[in-house]
This record gives sequence, C-alpha cells and structure tokens, in this order.
Amino acid sequence: MTDYSILSLAKNALNGQVGWAPAWRKPDPKPAYDVVIVGGGGHGLATAHYLAKHHGITNVAVLEKNLIGSGNVGRNTTLVRSNYMLDRTLPFYEHSLKLWEGLSHDLNYNVMFSSRGIINLAHSPGQLDVFRRRANSMLLNGVKAEILGTDQIAEKVPALDVSNAARFPILGGLYQARGGTARHDAVAWGFARSADRRGVDIIEQCEVTGFLKKDGRVVGVSTSRGEIRAKKTAIVVAGSSSHVLQQAGLNNLPIESHVLQAFVSEGLKPVLDVAITFGAGHLYVSQSDKGGLVFGGDLDGYNSYAQRGNLPIAEDVATMLLAMFPAFAKVRMLRSWGGVMDMSMDGQPIIDTGPVPGLYINCGWCYEGFKATPASGYTFAWTIANDAPHELNAPFTLSRFQTGYVLDEKGRGPFPGHH
Amino acid sequence: MTSFRIDKPSGVDFEKPVNFTFDGRTYRGFAGDTVASALLANGVHLFGRSFKYHQPRGVMGAHVEEANALITIGRGAHAEPNLQATTIPVTEGMEVYSQNRWPSLKLDLLSINQLAAPLLSAGFYYKTFMGPTKRSWMLYEPFIRRAAGLGAVSTSPDDQAYEKDHRFCDVLIIGGGVTGIAAGLAAARSGLRVILVDDRNVWGGQMAGVDDDLSGQPLDQWISHSIRELRELGAELLSRTTAFGVYDGHVHGAVQRLADVSSHDGVRRPLQRFLKIVAKHSILATGAFENPMLFRNNSLPGVMLADTARHFMDRFSVACGKQIVIYTNNDSAYGAARRLAEAGLNVAALIDTRPSVSAACQSLATHIGASHLVGWQVEKAHGRHRVKAVSVCKIDDQRQKQRISSDCLAMSGGWNPVVHLASHMGMAPVYSEPMGAFIVDPDNLPSHCHVAGPVAGTLDLPSCVNGGFAAGMEVARQLGSTPPDPIEATAMHGFIGDWPMKADVETLSEKAMLDFQNDVTLGDIKLAVVEGYSATEHLKRYTTLGMGTDQGRTSNINAISLLTQLTGQQIENIRPTRFRPPFTPITLGALVGHHVGDHAQPTRLTPMHDWHAAQGAMMVPVGLWWRPRAYLKPGETLREAYIREAGNVRENVGICDVSTLGKIAVQGPDAGVFLDRVYTNNFATLPVGKARYGLMLRDDGMVLDDGTSWRLGENDYLMTTTTGGAGAVMQHLERLHNLYWPDLRVSFVSVTGQWAGMSVAGPKSRQVLGKAFSGTDFSDAALPIMGVMSIKTASGTILVARLSFSGELAYEVFCPACMGTEIWCDLLSHGADFGIQPYGTEALGALRIEKGHVAGGELDGRVSPYNLRLDGMLSKKKWFFGKPLLERDGLYDDDQYRLVGLISEDRQPLQAGAHVVFGDKASPGPSQGWVSSVTYSPSLDEEIGLALVKKRALEKDTGMYAANPVAGIHRKVRIVSHHFLDPEGHRMRL
Amino acid sequence: MIIDCPCCGRRPVSEFSYIGDAEAAKPDMHAPAAEWVKAVYTRTNPRGMHLEHWQHLHGCRQFLKIQRDTLTHEIFSVELVGVYASGEGE
Repeated sequence: MTDYSILSLAKNALNGQVGWAPAWRKPDPKPAYDVVIVGGGGHGLATAHYLAKHHGITNVAVLEKNLIGSGNVGRNTTLVRSNYMLDRTLPFYEHSLKLWEGLSHDLNYNVMFSSRGIINLAHSPGQLDVFRRRANSMLLNGVKAEILGTDQIAEKVPALDVSNAARFPILGGLYQARGGTARHDAVAWGFARSADRRGVDIIEQCEVTGFLKKDGRVVGVSTSRGEIRAKKTAIVVAGSSSHVLQQAGLNNLPIESHVLQAFVSEGLKPVLDVAITFGAGHLYVSQSDKGGLVFGGDLDGYNSYAQRGNLPIAEDVATMLLAMFPAFAKVRMLRSWGGVMDMSMDGQPIIDTGPVPGLYINCGWCYEGFKATPASGYTFAWTIANDAPHELNAPFTLSRFQTGYVLDEKGRGPFPGHH
Repeated sequence: MTSFRIDKPSGVDFEKPVNFTFDGRTYRGFAGDTVASALLANGVHLFGRSFKYHQPRGVMGAHVEEANALITIGRGAHAEPNLQATTIPVTEGMEVYSQNRWPSLKLDLLSINQLAAPLLSAGFYYKTFMGPTKRSWMLYEPFIRRAAGLGAVSTSPDDQAYEKDHRFCDVLIIGGGVTGIAAGLAAARSGLRVILVDDRNVWGGQMAGVDDDLSGQPLDQWISHSIRELRELGAELLSRTTAFGVYDGHVHGAVQRLADVSSHDGVRRPLQRFLKIVAKHSILATGAFENPMLFRNNSLPGVMLADTARHFMDRFSVACGKQIVIYTNNDSAYGAARRLAEAGLNVAALIDTRPSVSAACQSLATHIGASHLVGWQVEKAHGRHRVKAVSVCKIDDQRQKQRISSDCLAMSGGWNPVVHLASHMGMAPVYSEPMGAFIVDPDNLPSHCHVAGPVAGTLDLPSCVNGGFAAGMEVARQLGSTPPDPIEATAMHGFIGDWPMKADVETLSEKAMLDFQNDVTLGDIKLAVVEGYSATEHLKRYTTLGMGTDQGRTSNINAISLLTQLTGQQIENIRPTRFRPPFTPITLGALVGHHVGDHAQPTRLTPMHDWHAAQGAMMVPVGLWWRPRAYLKPGETLREAYIREAGNVRENVGICDVSTLGKIAVQGPDAGVFLDRVYTNNFATLPVGKARYGLMLRDDGMVLDDGTSWRLGENDYLMTTTTGGAGAVMQHLERLHNLYWPDLRVSFVSVTGQWAGMSVAGPKSRQVLGKAFSGTDFSDAALPIMGVMSIKTASGTILVARLSFSGELAYEVFCPACMGTEIWCDLLSHGADFGIQPYGTEALGALRIEKGHVAGGELDGRVSPYNLRLDGMLSKKKWFFGKPLLERDGLYDDDQYRLVGLISEDRQPLQAGAHVVFGDKASPGPSQGWVSSVTYSPSLDEEIGLALVKKRALEKDTGMYAANPVAGIHRKVRIVSHHFLDPEGHRMRL
Repeated sequence: MIIDCPCCGRRPVSEFSYIGDAEAAKPDMHAPAAEWVKAVYTRTNPRGMHLEHWQHLHGCRQFLKIQRDTLTHEIFSVELVGVYASGEGE
C-alpha cells in the first residue's frame, strides 16, 4: 500500500492518480477474532491501531454500526489540550498530547495537529486563583503552563475586548502554548488506515444487537451482519454506552447521554490565532484552517439521543461570543450540529476491565473525548492486552464512585449534566 | 439603458437610477436591482474567485443558491463580507468589493494554484505536510490559513442593532411562492391565524415576473391580489425573512432583514430581527433549486442556470447574453427558452442530452429558431474570464462535433426540491422515482407538518397551486376550522420539469466542477471513491463538497448521481448528508439581539451600591454581583487598604455590606425537621431567637454550602447562604422537599433581594449599635452570642443577629432593602465617634482567614467535612442528607486533604493557587496539597494562608514549601492550626 | 422545545431546569449506604421513552414529571409532582 508523502502525491499527480488504493479495506466479518472492538469512532479505531502496533494483536475487528467516524469524532470543536488539574487525570491527558505531537508521523496521515495555544480567560480574582492552582499543578507534573496578564492576552488575541467596558472584564488567563486543534475526520481515517494496514478488519454498517455468553463470560456479539465470536470484547461507543450494555443485561452505568451542540461560521480570513475559553460562562472558540470560527458551549441540559439541540443554547453561546468579541456580530453561523455525549458522574471517563468477564469498557468521555483519542486508544489497548489497566488509566475505574475515588475536575458533583 | 438591458417592464424602476461602485469603478443600476442584476446589466460577469484554485467565477444562480458571487459591502470597520450579490438590493453610493483575490479580480495571482491542480486533488493535505519534522504542519499552516476564508471580518465593534421577538400562529407557511400563497389563502379564508414567510423582497417566488396565466388571470395579478387578500384577512406577511431552522415543540427560527445592509448615519435602528415562531402547524412550500450540468469549464462566468437567465430577464429586464445557448436534460429549460425568445433575446441553440424529446419541445425549438441538438452534450465551455463559445458533440458518436459561439450558457440539470427544513428534525428525504428527485418523505411527517409544491413532488404550476391550497385546507380541517371553498387552478403554459442526471459519468470530463465554491471536481469524486470515501458523509468530508457557504445546494444532487454510477449503489439506498440549521447563514448579532454589552447578563447591585461607588471603592465581580473590594484612600494600594480596614475592625469597629448573601425564608410547622435533614448539625431544637452556623452537604457528601440559619419564630427560619451558592441551595432545598419528603409542611421563599445586610464588627460594635438604635438593649444578656432580635421601626423591621465571621464582637444587621442606604449611613454616622470605617471583601477575607473560617477558596466542590476539619459538625444522633455517601472509604484515604494554616517563614506573601511541596525550587517534587486562601495578618503580623494538605504529608515532620512555579516563587512555610487567632473565640464573646 | 406546565401553561424550555431521571431511586433516610450510592450514581439512561423530573425554575418553581422520548424529544405527558401533586399541600 502506498505511503503518503509529497513524493507519492507528485507521482500520482503525473500519472493521473492511478496509484491510490482504498484507505482501508471493507472486508466481510470473520466468524471469530481475538478481539472485537464495538465502536468505530476515534477511540475505537485508535484502540485497534495501538493493539496492533504496540501489542502485536492484529486478529482484531472494529465493528461500527454506521460509517467510521460518523459519531462524535466527526462533529466536535477539535480542541486538544492537557491543562487539567488533578494529579490522577493530568498525566493521562498529557500523554495524549505527546501522542498528538507525533501522530501524523505515527499514522502516516496528516491529522493537522496545530499547536496554536489555548487560553482560559479569568474574570475575577478568585478565578485567577483557581487557574493558578491548575497552572502549578501542571508545572509540578512537568507540563508547561503560564498565567498571562491582560496585555499579553490582548497581544495574542487582538479581536478580544480586554477593556473595562466589557460586561465581564478580563483579568488574565491560563495559557497552554502546546494546546491547539486537529482535523477531526483525519484522526478517524488516519487511525483506520493504520490499523487496517496492520491487518485489523474494519466492519462498517454492523450494529451489535446482543452478546454471546458462556458460563457468565462474554464470548462474542450478535450483529446485523451475523454472529462474531471473540476472546475479548471491548465496548467503546460513547453516547450509546448504556444502550449497548443493556444488550448484555447491564443496566446501571454512571452515565447520562446528553446533547451537545457545536457551531461553525462562514470562512473568514485569519482573525483568531489561538483557542479561547470564556470564564464567565461556558464557551470555547477557535478558527479552523478553512477559516470558519468553531465554537460551542454548554450542554442543552436534558437526556438526548437525538443528535440535535434547541435554540436557547445557540442564543446563549452567541451571546457569550459577542460579549468577548463584539466585532463578531456581523459573522454568520453556517452550520450547527448536535452529538450524543456520554456524561459521567464526575466528568471523567471509565476505562476498565469488565463489568463482566470477557468485556472491556471505555466510556464516560462527556465532551472531553477528542483530545484524549490517542491516549484512550493507547491505554485501552494496554488494558485489553494485559487484562489490567495501565498506570495512566488506573484511576478511571467503574467502581470509583462506590469507593469514593471520584475525579471531579470541575467540582460539580454527581450530576452528569453539570460536567 | 445599457446594452444588456431590454425594454420590458419588470421589478426595476427605470425612473430611479442608482449609482454604486464595484471594486472602485462606478456603475449605474436602478431601484429594484440587486447587485447581481445591476452588474450583469452592465455586462459585468466576473464577480469573484473560487476558494482553492482561484478560478474566475460569475453569477450562476438566481437567489440564495448562488455559490460564487460573494461580495463584501463597505470597507474597514463597516465591512460586511460574504454577502450574496443576488440577494442584496443596490442602494445609492453602495461600495461593493469582490473577495478572495489579489491583487485584483481580473488579475488574481493565486490562480496559479490551478497549475498545481493535480497535486491539489481532494484530500491532498492529508497525504503531505507531514515533514520534515513533527512540527512541520505549523510551518505550512499560516499560508493555508491566509488562503482560506472568503471574506475578512473587521475587528471594530459592530455598530448595528438587532432585535429578538416571538410570534405565535395557527399555521406557519414557509415559502411565499405561488404554492405558499395558495396555502395561505386556504388557511386564512378558514379563519386561521397565518404567518407567511419568504426570503425574497417580492412575493411569488420563482414565478415573480413570469408572464403566465393562472385560471384565466395574469399570474402577476393573481399574486398581487392574493397578497392583498391575505393582508385583509389578517395574515402576517414577512418578506425578506428566512426561516432557517425547525426545532422541538413546533418552534421555528427565522431572521427578518429589516434593512439589507448597515447604515452608518448614527441613528440606531435594527438591521435584523430574530423571530422565534411557535406554530401549531407548518406548511413547507419552499420550491426547488435548479441543478447545474457537468462539463469542463462549467464554472466559467457566463455559465448559469437556465431559469436564472430567465429570472434575470423577467425580474430585472436583464439580458444575460447576446448569444444564449441552452443546455438541458429536461423539459423545463424549454420554458425558459421560450420566455427568453419572447422577450427578444437571441437563443442560438438548444442542446438536449436525452436521446429523444417530445413533439412540443421540438416545435418550440423550431418556433424560436434555435438550433436544436438532441442527443448531444456539451464537452467544454471556452473562455477565460467569460464564456465565449461551447464545444458540443453527439453522445453516441463523439466524432460529430460543433463549436458554437455563445456569451451565455444557460444550463438545466433538473430540479432539486428544497427539503432542508423538513429534515432538521432528523427525517431523511426520500428518493421519488416518478419525480427523479429527493423529496420530503410523506410517510415520515408528523401530523402537524405539511408539504406542498416541489418538496411534495409536484413541479407544474397548477399542481403546485392546488397542492398548496389543499395543504391549507388540511390544516383547517385538523384545527377544526371551517374549510374554504376548494379551488382548481389551471395554467396556460405550466412549468414542466423532471430529473434525473442521466449523463454517463464515463463521458464527462474529470475537470467538470461539482462544488463551485470549494473547487471540487468530478475527478475529486472519483479519487475519493477509489480511496474508499464513497459514503456521502465521507465523500463530503474528504472532498469538502457541500461544505461551503452554499452547503451543497447546487452540488449535492450531482454528487449523489455520480456516486450511484461509480459505486453501483441504488439511489434509493443513498442517504444525502444530513441537513441542519441554519438553512442559510445567520448573523450572530441577530441571535443575540439586544443582549450585547451590559445586557449580555444582568448585573446585580446591592442597595448600598451607589454609596460605595461615590466613595470610589474598588469593586470586584462575584458572579453577577458587584461588591466593594476595598475603599482605597488616596495614594493607598489595595494591600494597604485592606490591612488598614481589617486592622480597624480588630481595634475599633468596621461595617461591611453583606447584602449579597443568599437569604431564604424557610417556614412551616416542619421547617425545623426539614432543616435537621439538610444540615449536618441540629436545627430542630434551635430556640426561637437564636441563630446557628450550619453545614449543608450535596448528595455525594461533599460540602454544598455553609451559612447561618436564624430561628425567627416557632415555624419561621431565615437561612443565609454564601453569595455564590444561593441559587444552588434554593434548588437543593426545593428538590429534596418535592422529590424526597413532599409530606413535610415547609415552604421556601428567596428573599435575597428583600434584605439589605451589613456586618458591624469590632470591639466597639456594641456601642455603635446602642447609639444608632437608642432604646434597644444590646448588652450581652439581652443579645447573647448567636442571638437574634428584631427592632420595629416606622419604615420596617430590622433584624440584628449577633454572629461573627471575623471573630470579633459582631452583629449582622438586616433591614428591608429600601432602607439599606439609610441604615448604613446611620450606622456610619453614629459610629464616627468610635472610629468606624467601611471594609470590603479583601479585609473581610483577611479577618476570616485569621480565624480559619472556610469560604469560596476552600469550597471547591471537591471537599468533604473531613477535609475541612468540620467533622465535628456531623451530628452523631440524627440522619442528614449526604450522610450515607460519607461512609465511602476513599474519602478518608491517606491522600485526602486536611485543612491547615500556613505561615510564610521568610515573611514574604503567599499566593492562593500555590501548591504545598516537600522539595526546593529546583526539584519541588509532587504536590502535597494546595493553598486556598492567603492574606497578610494584621493581628499576627505574618503572611499567612489556609491550605489543604494531604494527611500523609502532614504526618511527616519535614519542612514544606508553598510552590508557585508559574510565577517563579517558592516559599518556605510552617504548618500550624488554621485557627490562627483566638481559637477559643473569646473576642466575639465580649 | 415547549413544556406545558400544569400551573403556567405552555412555556419555552429555557424557563425550566432539568433535574434528571424520575425513576432514579429516592431511598429512605435510613436505607443502607450501598442503596444510596446506587441511587446517586447509576442511571438506566434509556434511548427512547424516559420519565424525568424538571423544575419550572423561572416560573412557578414547581416540580414536573415528564414522559419524553429521548430520541425524538417528543413530550407525551406532564404532571405535577412533589408537594402540590395531589392538589393539596400548604
């Protein structure tokens, strides 16, 4: 199969593009595999890639009910960062960021990871204290962070209203220079292509309808394309997690599925070079390479599998965006999306063995999953291969809520919709 | 009159010329012209450049489907980018600029990209830009970003105003063409409340200006009479209004253009109005867009849709060319040809790809004298900045060729119903075999949604009108209204059309353009299919087809048609990419309306705010509130001010505005029982006239809030909460009451805004109160610690509670908000003799930190009573909410935090947000905890702080540091009890 | 989305605060800790019909039990719950 490079591009430009092959095969499912991964989103495909690359486990199938990358990896606001606070979560996201930095080379697919920086704005002294705590936590964990003053922010973001006339004047911000954005579709396709090249079967239009069990152990799945046996079955289906696990008779995950909307504007000449989050409300915005402003905010706030939301959030998000950037009033929204978020009870994921023998679970990503894609795949592959968590995902257990080892970055409590 | 104008009445007023500029050059148009029609009338066909290849582009479509002619109006701070020239009316002095070209539209150096086209194939950027180093993408990215985007947005604030409003109706009709008008007539005649919206400036949609005959009446007369009747029947007619989205609950989003472009005359009038329309029923009558044909150079200026050419003639008296060639695969273009010819335009040739056509089509071609080539196709359009000729060949004998001169190629690839709004709720459109197009799935429509016209599968004029009327009648029937008399419309010419794209993909040029804005060609589609991106969603994302501002309106259907041929899939099984709001781009300013500037969120001010402002107090935001942070004297720094204020409280007496505290009236026979359940400590037996500090837990045992509750009567408590926690606590109480213990007889009323609150604190506070409220006994016996008394005055009841946050002898004085400033000033004047000074939140913080009281810095939503060393407040005798989850072992792990005090060993200030570590600055080691609050302590003359440090770390006997590496600061600290000052609480017991 | 509040009539969803799954257990005070942990932390999270609590926060502040389909957002029933459920109470 052809490697991607400027040379192969040039060669095919000259020969009428005949040298390209499908980015991944579309085989029929085999009757059995060593590992079946249910869920062909970013995390599932990343898991397959790392299983093959790091553990030499290639007799693997990724089962996707629609098309790969048609879930949340295909419709998020593309922010990548590791500016977390807690000692038990930060290392995971930092590892992910490091993987991002080498991902295009690792996959031989340009995921367009752009380290353009991310600034979290603070509007009160108390908020600045909290960001300082976060910055210091990062630094003590070996992750670079800065607290910027208003002047420094104004220099990086000329369009921002840093004056005292703003409704929520800016006092400063937390800055991670290494954070940034990536091209979301490329991530799914890149992992798919890489896994496929190593022998993983990617089976699309294959929905899991039940689980095969023997002696209390899961030994495979029933699907819309037949039964497939597996020594190990991994579930990584984001907002559908409760639904899929119900097929296995498991009915009580610490998950609520909520709708999150995201928006993009028409393409504009470069006007925003960093990613920004607003501190007096929930809003994040960056500018894509095609020129559109990509932004989003809070969940709509109610359980939903509809992949669409309602107007109040669009109005709130636009209001906050204009509070920060009054000049953007003339900018036009081009498109909106909604996705199904698996909101967990503390805002952090579950990457664990179980809940029954033969199963491995990866869910609860809330809307923080995109940046975690490489590390999620990396640690989930480890967990599956070794039947035990990696040090990085050891805190992400299913039982932590019972035992009191909750990981509440935002301090919001057992209310999924608040994380 | 320019040579591209014909002498024919239309929507343009030749008595009213309008002068405007385009790229600096002056042109003349007329009132009623759009920018597009005025420029076309002047022979201008080059409007812009495509996104990737910077190819020349001109007007292709008639209205919102236009993908190429994107212009900027105005310059600098007033620049409005990405407007469609086909929708903007010209006004006198308007400055129009083309976009995405440098240095000029005619000579765009970036068009050199075209030479690299084979390299720049679909998805090329995924295959390269990865080298030579890992950060290489960041080197290429700035160039890609600069080349991206079509218009530039100014960074000056927008000086325009926008409005938001609501509308309610029985039926919302989306589309004011003949179909929608007919539907409106039926509904209005039956007495229903009707709203009719259309995004154009005139009614009649596509038929506006068309010279046809509807049931014996000239069509334009039918349209104007119907509009008048609708108005008389009370219908609300909203033109220039785009219904952009459909949402749950029959809610529709629409934006009304009150003006087409901004005015900068200093008068603030709304530019747009965002309407939320709640309709019991809706009728979608949005018509159809015409499809382009595929051939090489089909994106040249001068190549446009057939009905568009007809539209410019009918609506604006514009001749799009002097030598028009029609290229079609369906009958509808013959109607356009007839219209153009009747208007005196030269239709030189009619090229039809079908193997045979009807007799009617043949005779029409003969009648208008056009060369008629049936079974032929266009291979290529020739020209550089405008088409000048087309090469055609016979489909089944490619050796037969002709070259035809033409300055306007009007193409019709069939019609594509505008089904988008019906799909916003998730229902995919369905392929209709008879119509050869995707229409709204009639089996999948909710009962309150109706369709008529092309979206329902009819294209000819009478069927559209009849279908519209029938839909209106159905709505009337469902709502129980008397239906009107039915109609049966007939038309002279009708409007015939059918699809599908029948050309054989094998005979088409790879350079044929599908997405005109994003430069996606047939070759790109083929490549994507070869590489496996053949599902419509993957195809779109990989090639960027349909991702421009036109969102695939003129490209999606051709792409689907090609997919069926390239992959062998049946068209019935192909699902178009999902349609989502907004239908056309909507201005963010409209969504926000008047919630700009200070109106983004409400601002909450205390009753004494004006007094603080008059003093020049430094204010600080706490959520939506503004509180005085400190009252700086001239020349004072913040630090000096709070040290003075706090010191004065400890020495004499201070007064602090605490009105922002949450206050909730908890009343009822079971109020005490309820409070017992929500607080960790006992409240049911709190005597009347006493207050108590209480701790409230969340469902998971973590601290939700703390505050004091005062028992004012047998069944009457006043609860206070932290400023930030008021709303959450109120909801917490209501939730627990209604969902857990609805039988308890208790009610809650938020009275935060009803009471002004001030804390009078310091050794001399008793004397101040005694003087201010002479006649009231404030002795220790009369008002002991934690006691509550009420003082009745002429203006209202004042509550005084002897509570101390500062640790001094102190009183909280609550009065009705309207009395706030009066009482405040009263206390200040009576306190003058005792050295009273106001103190702000900074001093308040210093005082409470000295006492080790927890506040916002400690209550981060992750701490349990154990972490805060408040486990003593957990009653062992009674149950309380949150108790069961406190039994989880993890909460008492050796890594759990415990609240401690810190003293800075070298007497340098500490910072909140520093972490407590064992190591020195060079190698601090991992975090052992964090510093939550800091202050200079006037009483101790030390720099102190509160910190949460791991139990495990506290058991070690080694030195610790407060590490603040983000500021480059590292301070040695001494761990002490967090009760720095007067731990027994003697001072407040004076 | 519009909710038909039994007290206030049809009001936009922005006036309401979503509380959560109405079928999540509300254990008795003295129920064992394990029961409380399960009630606080686990959900069935169905894709389809869902019984849920909302509060009319910017209106009457009453609690509603709503039957709503989480896949289509269609609301099938709204009833008053809590203190005023039976029409009695203070």
